[in-house]
Formats: sequence, C-alpha cells, structure tokens
Amino acid sequence: MKPVFTRPRSLTDKPFHFCPGCHHGVIHRLVGEAIDHFGVREKTIGAACVGCSVFLYDYFDIDVVESPHGRAQAVATGIKRSNPEKFVLLYQGDGDFAAIGTSESIHAANRGENLTTIFVNNAIYGMTGGQMAPTTTLGQRTTTSPYGRDFAQDGYPIKMTEMLAQLEGVGFAARVSVDTPAHHNQTRKAIFKAFETQIEKRGMGFVEVLSSCPTNWGMSPLAAVEHIQKEMIPYFPLGVFKERTGTDFL
Amino acid sequence: MKRTFERGNVAVAKAAVAAGCRYYYGYPITPQNEIPEYLSQVLPSLGGQFVQAESEVGSINMLLGTGATGKRCMTSSSSPGISLMQEGLSYLAGSEVPCVVVNVQRSGPGLGGISASQGDYFQATRGGGHGDYRTIVLAPASVQEMYDLTVLAFDLADQYRSPVLVLADAMLAQMKEQLEEWTPEVKDFGKEAWALTGAAGRPARKIKSLYLGDGELAEHNWHLSRKYAEIQAREARAHLEVPQGCELAVVAFGSAARIAKSAVDRANAEGRRVGLVRPVTLWPFPSEHLVRLAEKDVPFLAVELNTGQMVEDVRLAVEGRSPVSFAGYPPGYLPSPDDVYEEICRRLSREKVGEAA
Repeated sequence: MKPVFTRPRSLTDKPFHFCPGCHHGVIHRLVGEAIDHFGVREKTIGAACVGCSVFLYDYFDIDVVESPHGRAQAVATGIKRSNPEKFVLLYQGDGDFAAIGTSESIHAANRGENLTTIFVNNAIYGMTGGQMAPTTTLGQRTTTSPYGRDFAQDGYPIKMTEMLAQLEGVGFAARVSVDTPAHHNQTRKAIFKAFETQIEKRGMGFVEVLSSCPTNWGMSPLAAVEHIQKEMIPYFPLGVFKERTGTDFL
Repeated sequence: MKRTFERGNVAVAKAAVAAGCRYYYGYPITPQNEIPEYLSQVLPSLGGQFVQAESEVGSINMLLGTGATGKRCMTSSSSPGISLMQEGLSYLAGSEVPCVVVNVQRSGPGLGGISASQGDYFQATRGGGHGDYRTIVLAPASVQEMYDLTVLAFDLADQYRSPVLVLADAMLAQMKEQLEEWTPEVKDFGKEAWALTGAAGRPARKIKSLYLGDGELAEHNWHLSRKYAEIQAREARAHLEVPQGCELAVVAFGSAARIAKSAVDRANAEGRRVGLVRPVTLWPFPSEHLVRLAEKDVPFLAVELNTGQMVEDVRLAVEGRSPVSFAGYPPGYLPSPDDVYEEICRRLSREKVGEAA
C-alpha cells in the first residue's frame, strides 16, 4: 500500500512531552515538513531555546546546541557567521524571544542574519507554571497577573512581528495560527517562506505562530482554541507583514 | 619569526590570528579596544568574521554558537563586560564548548575606572558564573606573553573543551614592547568527534548543559570535576626566580609581578636573598612550587593590585606551613618598585626579629 501521510524524516520517533491540546507538537511537525521539503536535515544546526520547547533536540533529528534563556539569536548568529553554508534554525517561545532575549532578537534581525526563526506565542510562560509573558493579553489572568493584565501596571502585549517587519534586515515576517485547518495551511506556507528566505540569503525569515497553552490558561483544548480566536487574533492580527522577493537590499 | 615593537592589545589580536582564530565577537570597552579594532581590519580578508555584537551578553553567546561547531573563536572585554559574560561562560563550561576570552581588567567594583587593576582575580579563578565549574586562567606579564599565552589559550581550550581566560590589565594592554611573532603548529584536537556540522551520515548531536535524568547531572558534574583535576595536575605553570638560601618569596602575577621584579632585583643587589614566584596560570594555581618553598620554611609576601585576592590561594597552597603576608595596591594608586622594595625590607626585618626571639 502506498503511504499517503507519514511522519517527517527529520522528526525522531520520540513521543512529544507536551500537554494535551498544546500546539507545539503541530508546529514541530510543520517545521519538520519544511526541513524535509528543502532537503536540509543533514546541514541544519538548530539553536534550542529555554522553555517548553527546549527539548526539541529530542524530537528533531538534527544537530542542536542548547542556548541560555533568551540568547538563541546570538548563538545562532555565531553558528551562521562561521558556517554560512549550513541551515540554521531557531525555535523560541515568547518569554525567550520577546522578554529576556529582546535585545538579541532585535539586533540579530536588524543585522539581517540569514536565520529562520519560528516564534511560538502562547501568551504565557508555560514551563515555569503560567506566569505573565510580554505577550499576555490585556485582562488575561496568570499566576503573576492574578487580577488580569492591566496596561497601567504591566504595559501592553508586545507585537513582535510588527516590530521586526520594520527592520531592514528582515526578509520575511508573518504572524500565523494553527487554530483551524485553513490557518494550519497558511502556517505551513509561512514556515516554508521563512526557510526560503534563509536559503536565498534575504535576511531573517521570521514566523510568529499563535499557540495554545490549555494547561496554564486553565481551559480545555477546544476552549483554548476559541480563546486564540476571540482574544488573541483580534490583538495579534494574522498575515504577512513583510516579504522581500529578491535581495533588493544592500 | 617576525620581530616588531607592539602594544599588548595588538599582540593578543595578532596571536589570535596566528593561532587560527577567524571568528571574533565583541563589544567595545576601554582599555581593550585595540583588539577588536585590529581584528575588524584583518579578519574579513582572511575569510573570517568580525561581528560587533549589541552587548557582551550577545558576544559570549555568539562564541557558544561558533565554538559548538568546532571553530576557533574569541572575545575580549574588560571587567564590567566580563561580568555580563558570566552567564554565557557558565553555559560554555557546562556544555564543554571551547573559546578564548580576554579580560583586560579595569578597576572596580561597578564602573570604577580604566586604570590597571587585578580586582577580577576571584571572578576569573572561581568560575564567576553559576554552577560548579572552573576556567583555565592565564596571566601574561609582558607584551610577548600577551602573544604567547593567547596562542596557548586556544590550544588549551580545544584540548579540554573549555573556555580559557587570558587575564591582563590596562598596563600590559597599552604598553609597547618588543614582540617576536611566531606561527604555532596546527594540532589535531579531534573535534570531528563532537562538533556540530549537520547530521550528515551520522546520528544527530546535541550540545547542552541540561540533564534531567536520574543522576545524569551529578555524573556530568563529576565528569567536569575529573577534567578539572586533570587540568590541575597537568597545566599549572609558574615562572620562578628563587635564589639559594631564599629568605623571602614574593608572589605576584601580571603587572604586579613586573613591579615586584624590580624591587626583588634591588633587594638581591643589596645582598638579600629574595625570590619571585610568578604564577602564569592563576587557575590551576601553581601550588606545588609554593609548597616546595614552604617546606624549606621560606615566608611569602603576596603583592597584588587589589585588596587581597590571590593571597588566599597562596595561603591555601602552603596550608599554614609558612607565614604569608600581603601588600595590596587597589586601583587609584599604582605602586612603584620602591613601594614594593620597602615592603620587602619591612617583611625581612620582621623575619629577623622573629629569628632573634
């Protein structure tokens, strides 16, 4: 019988440790499909971040260096600058990319590092047990915003894709979601574009994926998906914010 | 071999190039700026990369990336910048990734100033960052040694898969001396067995410091500990000038050792028998040399450009077998050879009083 759907070659057989309803597994799979599609598994070096996705080196069958919290963009810069022929993959959560690592994120993007960044935004700190993230939405209750995030107290949820799209060094910037099959397909397409951006040396290829965290949001998986649709997408609009078609920059 | 007249900082940069380092990441800070300035000029033409990072935090983590792929890389900074790198150094040590870090110390704590200081001894030799680790620390005392020890730093880093620190100061970095530039031999450190190069034709590799399995982290820490014991046994280095019948041994490193040398020479010219022990590796500390002197009842005088840091290692080395005194000169007052000479005389006269009693 001819198989019509298989596990990506670049994913190992190890079962994911993620909580039920968490989207990391889906996003991992889409990244795996992209690695396979572009045939880069044997030349990929990943920079793992700190947080729920730190164990990606157990799931992706690729070389990986674990980075300190927030520093994956600097680590990836060091990999790519000294190995320009390799494919360098980043997969970071919102605490890592948008809080402690903001400086590394902005400057790697601004330098136009030829890197592919998958930024998973679930609006909360998952691994440490549900504290407020820079992306936590207004009114959202977390263990450190017990009365709901208040802009006067905590500022506003940070829109990283909009920020990065303004930087000259960014070749592709999109925000996507995996809450519906249609959005899932758009996410796949965006991740493929971010891979292409690195392969064609157009600067940073960046994809923000809105993702659920049913455990820390205190919701069922289905209610969590609804939360993405009702609370997150209105504040974090989906779409391609920047796309260079050629190396039309210095 | 090429003979030039060179500044200490430039000697470090030239040594890095000679040692095959092609990747430098750093952030400007006085008094080490000639290092990135030189390398930014030279590395691109050698097919290398110079990246001026957004911070010292960025710099050290760029080393983690490049070092993990098995390529020689370096950063340089000065005290406050090195403080910012401590998180990364802990990860580099924990992940066993080689790199060279040059600290041209300035005075502190805090912003301090740019004058010569040896105030970072504790930070350099005690690990500095979090966790149970050590870093090899080399202490040059001349422009020539800025070159020689930087070359050595790259070999030791690769040999032991560890960050190696070169601990200099503003005086060594900014003064000019004769320099003999030599080309080191290229050695094979077997990096192909661990470096990340893409999982072509072999199982995927991970370089990490997170160990959650039962007993895994303990085993990793013991593995590091065994490595550090091997380094202690094999790599402790010191420069000794100890006369027969030595009455007093001055212990000093780097710039302090140069000042002390003039004082020691003057004392010996006047008929005293004063020795100089200059640790070249601060970690591992060359304790055995001190122990041999302590067993002959030689007292020690530690001279440092701080309020007393290395003197603790001198005391640990001799374990009470011999008296240890201290002359400290924190930044803001640079001692002259006469200052140290007077300290030596005071110490010698106290020893005499002790003998008479």
